[in-house]
Amino acid sequence: MSVVDERVDASGRGAAFASPEPGEALTIVEPLVFDHSRPGRRAVRFPVASDAARAAGKGEPALPASVQRQEAPRLPEVSELELLRHFTRLSQLNIAIETAFYPLGSCTMKYNPKVNEWAARLTGFTDSHPLDPDELAQGSLELQWLLAELLREISGFAAVSLQPAAGAHGELTGMLMTRAFHRSNGEGEQRTKVLVPDSSHGTNPATATMVGYSVVTIPSNERGGIDLGALRAALGSDTAALMITNPSTLGIFEDQIDQVVAAVREAGAIAYMDGANLNAILGRFRPGEAGFDVMHFNLHKTFSTPHGGGGPGAGPVGVSERLAPFLPRPLPVLREGDADAVRANAWAGRETPGARFGLDWDRPQSIGKVRSMFGNFGMHLRAYAYIRANGGDGLRGVSDDAVLAANYLRVRLADAFDLPYDRVCKHEVVFSGRRQKRQHGVTTLDMAKAILDHGIHPPTIYFPLIVEEALMIEPTETESLETLDRFVDVMHDIARRAADEPEALRAAPVTTPVGRLDEAGAARRPDLRHRFGPDPVPESTEGG
Amino acid sequence: MAYTPHTDPDRAAMLAAIGVAGIDDLFDDVPPAVRAAAWDLPAPMVEQEVRAELRRLANRNRIPDVSFLGYGAYRHLVPSVVSEVVGRAEFSTAYTPYQPEVSQGTLQSIYEFQSLICELTGMEVATASHYDGATATAEAALMACRLTRRERVAVSNAVHPEVRRVLATYCSGPGIEVVEVPADLAAGGTGQTDPAAAAAVLDDSFACLIAQQPNAFGVLEPMAELGQAAHAAGAQLVAVVEPTSLAVLEPPGSYGADIVTAEGQPLGIPMSFGGPWVGLMAARMGAVRQMPGRLVGATRDAAGRKGYVLTLQAREQHIRREKAASNICTNQALCALAATAYLTAVGPAGLREVAELSMAQARHAAGALRRAGLAERRFTAPYVAEVAVTVPDAERRHAVLAAEGVVAGAPLWRDYPELTDTLLLAATELTSDTDIERLVAALEASR
Ligand SMILES: Cc1ncc(COP(=O)(O)O)c(C=O)c1O
Repeated sequence: MSVVDERVDASGRGAAFASPEPGEALTIVEPLVFDHSRPGRRAVRFPVASDAARAAGKGEPALPASVQRQEAPRLPEVSELELLRHFTRLSQLNIAIETAFYPLGSCTMKYNPKVNEWAARLTGFTDSHPLDPDELAQGSLELQWLLAELLREISGFAAVSLQPAAGAHGELTGMLMTRAFHRSNGEGEQRTKVLVPDSSHGTNPATATMVGYSVVTIPSNERGGIDLGALRAALGSDTAALMITNPSTLGIFEDQIDQVVAAVREAGAIAYMDGANLNAILGRFRPGEAGFDVMHFNLHKTFSTPHGGGGPGAGPVGVSERLAPFLPRPLPVLREGDADAVRANAWAGRETPGARFGLDWDRPQSIGKVRSMFGNFGMHLRAYAYIRANGGDGLRGVSDDAVLAANYLRVRLADAFDLPYDRVCKHEVVFSGRRQKRQHGVTTLDMAKAILDHGIHPPTIYFPLIVEEALMIEPTETESLETLDRFVDVMHDIARRAADEPEALRAAPVTTPVGRLDEAGAARRPDLRHRFGPDPVPESTEGG
Repeated sequence: MAYTPHTDPDRAAMLAAIGVAGIDDLFDDVPPAVRAAAWDLPAPMVEQEVRAELRRLANRNRIPDVSFLGYGAYRHLVPSVVSEVVGRAEFSTAYTPYQPEVSQGTLQSIYEFQSLICELTGMEVATASHYDGATATAEAALMACRLTRRERVAVSNAVHPEVRRVLATYCSGPGIEVVEVPADLAAGGTGQTDPAAAAAVLDDSFACLIAQQPNAFGVLEPMAELGQAAHAAGAQLVAVVEPTSLAVLEPPGSYGADIVTAEGQPLGIPMSFGGPWVGLMAARMGAVRQMPGRLVGATRDAAGRKGYVLTLQAREQHIRREKAASNICTNQALCALAATAYLTAVGPAGLREVAELSMAQARHAAGALRRAGLAERRFTAPYVAEVAVTVPDAERRHAVLAAEGVVAGAPLWRDYPELTDTLLLAATELTSDTDIERLVAALEASR
C-alpha cells in the first residue's frame, strides 16, 4: 500500500493530513492541536479588572519581577469552532460503549445511563465546594451517607468509606487498614506476607508492595479455583492477608469460598475480596456476610459510572466490624435525626425534617486520608442514581442477566475456541486461542485485531496470565441478544479465517484509522510530548 | 433491571441454549452456607423519579451567593466548549486505550495533555493523570525514594494540609518517615518556608523536599533557594503548584524542580464536592522509568502513519505486578481531557487573563477590607490569588456570614491552631466587584 500520497485515512472518519515536510512518508489522521494554532487566535475571553478594582488593590504587594514568567507557555491558539472540530474528530477515532459492542473482560463495559449524567451536571452538585460549611453541603453529605448505606446493604459489610478514587486505590486503602489492624494487635512486624492467587489482577500484588508487604503467589487448581491445599500450606503467623478476586478473573465463582475465608481467618489474617466483579453476584453473595473483612467496589464497573477513557472511577471500600475503626477519615455521618426514618424517607424520595449530616473526623485509629477531600463525588452521585433506578430487585436482575449473557456466549463459542475451564461462568468467560496459535500460527492478538475490523471492541487479551492466549469476554447485561448473536457470528468467522486465511488475520486491522502500531519502537525511543521546533532546553539523559 | 434489553423470550432462549432450567442453576456454585440473605433495598424508580430524588439532594445543598473559599478547590469558569468535549460519549464511554487502533482519540488527547503540562511546568515528561493533586504528590514522594534509594521525606508545613494528610498515609505503609519543615507562621511573619529551616532538617537520608508554590496561604515561596537546600543534601525538589498561576509565575522547570505535581481542578473541572478532579505530575526524562502511572507515546504503524500508544508499560502493574512503580490502573483520563480542552480554549492569553484577574481581585478584596478597618493581611510575603487576613472574632463572624450565603474564605485555624482569627480569601476571574462589596458589607454588619 502506498502511503506517501494517501491523503485519506482508511476509516474515512478522520481528516486527511499529509506531512508538510517534503519527502516524509507520513500520514496523520488528525493533526495535533498545536498544528491548528495561529498566533493571536482566540476562543474563550475573560474580562479585565475594573478601574475600581485596581484602585482598591493599590498598596497590596505586586508580584516580584523575580518570580514572573518570562515567556508565555505555548498553549494552542484556536477558535472555538476549530477546538470543537479537533476534539470531535479525535472522538470519532475511538470505539466506545455508545458506538459499539465493547466486551472487554474484567472492565464491565455496560451502558452508562444518561439520567446519571443529567444529575451530575446539576449546579447544586457541580458548584458544591468540598470545604463549604456543613450547613451549605447537606445535600452532598446526605447523598454520600445514603450511598454508603446502600453499599453496606448490598455487600453485607459493617461500614463503608467512599474516599478511594478507583479500584486499585481501594485496594491500597484495604491493605493500609490491614497493616493498621495487625499493628494494633502487636503483630505488625510479624505479618509481612500477602497471598494472591496466580489469576489475580496486577493491581493486587502491586498494592501489597506499595504498603511494604511481600507477595506470595498461590496456584490455582485444575478447576480454576484457588488450590486450597496450597493456600492452607502458605497461611501462617506471618500472613497479613489473602487478596482474592471473587468471582475470579477466570469468571468463576470460588465454590470453596466459605472454606477459603475460614482458613484465612483461622490463621489470624485479613480476608480481602477484590470486588471488581461484584456485578456478577448482586443479591447472590454478600462478601461481608460471608466473613470477608474488606472489599473494594468499582463503581465504574458494577454501578455503571462511565469509564472516561481510563477514569475517573471510584473505589469505595466496605469493611467488617474489626476493620471499621481503621477506615479513612472523615466519614459522612447523620448528626441529628433517626437513621431508619431518614432512609425510609429517602427511599420514598422525601426529605426528613430536622435531619442533619456532618463529617466525622474523630476517628483516632483511622489510617488517615487516601485522597484529598471525600473522593470522586461525581461518581458517587451517578452510582446512587443507578442503584435507585434499579432498586434491590433490579440489581439482582443485573447480575442474573450479566451471567446469563456470559454463559450464552460460553456455550455458543465453545465449538470454535478452547475453553480451559469448562464450567458455568459468572459475568465473563475466558477462552484460549491456543488451538488457533498451534494449528494455524494465528495468535489471540491477531484475532483481537481482526475483531476490530468488524467494528467491535475486542475482549481483554492475555489476561489472566494463567490462561495461554487468553480471550476474556464480558458481554454485560445491557447487550441485546441480536448483538450477542452477531458477536458469535463474527467470532465463528474469525475462527474459520484463522484456518483458511491466517495471513489476513495477521495483517488485521485494515479498516481502523491506523494499523498496528510499533509499540516496541515507542518504548525504545520515547516521544512523550510535542516539540516546538528546536528545543532550547537540552533534554536530560534518559535512564535512572 | 432498568437498563437491560432482554425480553422474557430472549431469556428463555438463552437458558435453553445453555441447557439449564432456570437462572438459579447458574448460581449453584455459591456454597449454600454463604448464599446471600434477603436484602433490604429500595424499590426501583423510573426516570422522572430518579430525577426528582437527585434534584431533591442537589437542592439541599445551598450554593453560596458569594464565596471567597478556595484553599485547594476553586470556582473558575468552565467554558461551554469544555463541557461539550468531555460530554462526548466517544470519550466518556471508552476505557483505558488497550487497543490503540480504535483508541486514537483518547491516546492523542492524552499526548496533547502531556505536552501541555510539560509546556506549563517547563518539565520534560508528564504522566497521563493521577487521582488528584494530593495522591500525585504522595506518589512523587515515593518516586523520589525510589530514585534516591532513601527513606525519609521532608515537607514544608505550608504545603496544603490535605496533601500532607495523604502523603502521611501513603508513606505509612512502607514505613517512610515524613518530617515537617515549619513555615514562618508567627504574627508579622512572612508565611514562607525558610530555606535555612529546610537545610537544617535535610541531610543525606532525605529523598526529597516538598514545597508548594504558591503555598497553602497563597504566599510565594523562595523555591529556588528551597531547591538549592534540597539539592545540597542530594535530595529532590518536589514542587506542588497551582496550574493557572503558571501563566504568570516562572515554571518550576526553571527553578530546579525535579518533580512537579498539581491539582488540575482549576483547569475546567467543576468543584463537585471534591471530585472527580485530576492530579498532574511532571518530571525530567532521566526519571521517567520510575514514574508512576500511564504514559502515552507517539509511534508509527507499518504504513508509516503516525499514531499513539500506551508506552513504557514495563513500569506498570499489569506487566510488572509486585515490582511495578505504582498500583495505579484506572486514573482520571476524562478530567485530563477537560484540562486539555480548557488549556486549548483559553490559550496563553486567556490563561494569563484568568491569573491576572484573580490576582487583581484578591488585591481588591484585601485592600478594601484593610481600608474598611475590617481585616489585616496576616503575612508579609507577596501572595498570588489567595490572601490570608486576620479578622477579629473570625469564627463567629464566618458562621454568621455563611448563614447569609456569604462564605468568607477558609478558616485557617482549623488546620493551623496558631493562625487564630485568620481567614484565607481566594479570588478567581469569577469574583466580581459586587462580590467584594457584599463581603465588606457583611463583615461590617457582623461586627
Ligand atoms: C479484578 C480487578 N481488580 C482490580 C482492578 C483495578 O481497578 P481500577 O482500575 O479501578 O483501579 C480491576 C480493573 O481494572 C480489575 O478488573
